[in-house]
Amino acid sequence: MKLAVLSGKGGTGKTFISVNLVNSAENANYYDCDVEEPNGDLFFKSKLLQELPVKVKMPNFDKEKCNACHECVEACTFNALALIGKDMLLFEDVCHSCGVCTLVCKQKAITEVDKEVGIIQVGEFGNSKIVTGKLNMGQSSGVPVISGVLDLIEEDKLNVIDCPPGSACSVVESTQKADYCLIVAEPTSFGFHNFKMVEQLAKVLNKPFAVVVNKAESKNNMISAYCKKNDIKVLETFFFNRKIAQDNSRGEICTSFDNKMKDRFVSLLESIKDDWQRSLK
Amino acid sequence: MIIAVPVDEMEKTSPVCISFGRAPFYLIFDDEKKTFDYFDNNSAFNAQGGAGIKAAQSLVDRNVDVVITYRCGENASKVLGGKAKIYKAENANAKMNIEMFIAGNLQLLNKVSPGLHGHAQQSGK
Repeated sequence: MKLAVLSGKGGTGKTFISVNLVNSAENANYYDCDVEEPNGDLFFKSKLLQELPVKVKMPNFDKEKCNACHECVEACTFNALALIGKDMLLFEDVCHSCGVCTLVCKQKAITEVDKEVGIIQVGEFGNSKIVTGKLNMGQSSGVPVISGVLDLIEEDKLNVIDCPPGSACSVVESTQKADYCLIVAEPTSFGFHNFKMVEQLAKVLNKPFAVVVNKAESKNNMISAYCKKNDIKVLETFFFNRKIAQDNSRGEICTSFDNKMKDRFVSLLESIKDDWQRSLK
Repeated sequence: MIIAVPVDEMEKTSPVCISFGRAPFYLIFDDEKKTFDYFDNNSAFNAQGGAGIKAAQSLVDRNVDVVITYRCGENASKVLGGKAKIYKAENANAKMNIEMFIAGNLQLLNKVSPGLHGHAQQSGK
């Protein structure tokens, strides 16, 4: 099973929920797709097994062969190319590595070269693989790194995908192959606003989903009221707890030493699996 | 000398468009022939991204020497590069801005805006 954990607003507890789900499951892997600031491994402190570079293709231009026909400039959907006289300008951050410029060049003046945009670290924590995507500083798109992280999914395991915040391309990339979405929501105005954005995203992507309310002060809050009204399942509500927050800020995994929390995460896992199974029927 | 101004309408008296890349039209003035011409910037106007790059390419292809605009993004200014000088438009219509430029009353645009494309860092090779 591929379980995407998302939230919209940052800091609602995606990583808290994801890490503890993995720690509470029998046989689960963790995939950190928050590639701009991955922090899941601060909890696992996994033993590093492997580091894989993530590369994308960039066009490289042979000025000798180029006859300045503009075909490549016209063909680029993203407008990543400009041709000034015979000088080609490539805007790397606008380029999506689609390769169309290379295809349309009749002069064969364009070749594709590798550009490293990030790395993927694979670590070991018990029988879990901890996979962390890290985008290089200054790169504008995390999508290729996320795609590389998700290539390492193991179908026979529970794969917990810790998504980036927001609801843009990188979240779509992290979520689109998931079987099920778990939305972590924080009952604040900001949290509620962004919760509705990811709820929409899950609907657009046609994913079954349910909600965990985190850092609540009461069972009756703006998220639970909205979910009740709109017939959305709330699988668990975690109240704000200073002790858990402190342990978490020290990089400790609460389900490793708090049996009550462990029980709650085990039953949350069961609820997720049940709800997913039901959605398949 | 060829002068280009992004405009909202195909009129000499059109306001200067607040956007460089996503201006609907460009007014082109040929200083030698004293002619006004327009081109439809819809390919850049409708672009998902890189509108500034696309519009700047169109201007370079038309051998434009001077662009009068309120603002210009980093990528577009790289494309215009040494080919065209960028002047800051004043709050007046396109024709008046061209006259002000010819009279030497416009300043070079020295502030390149980061653009509206949401990419924090742009690089061009």
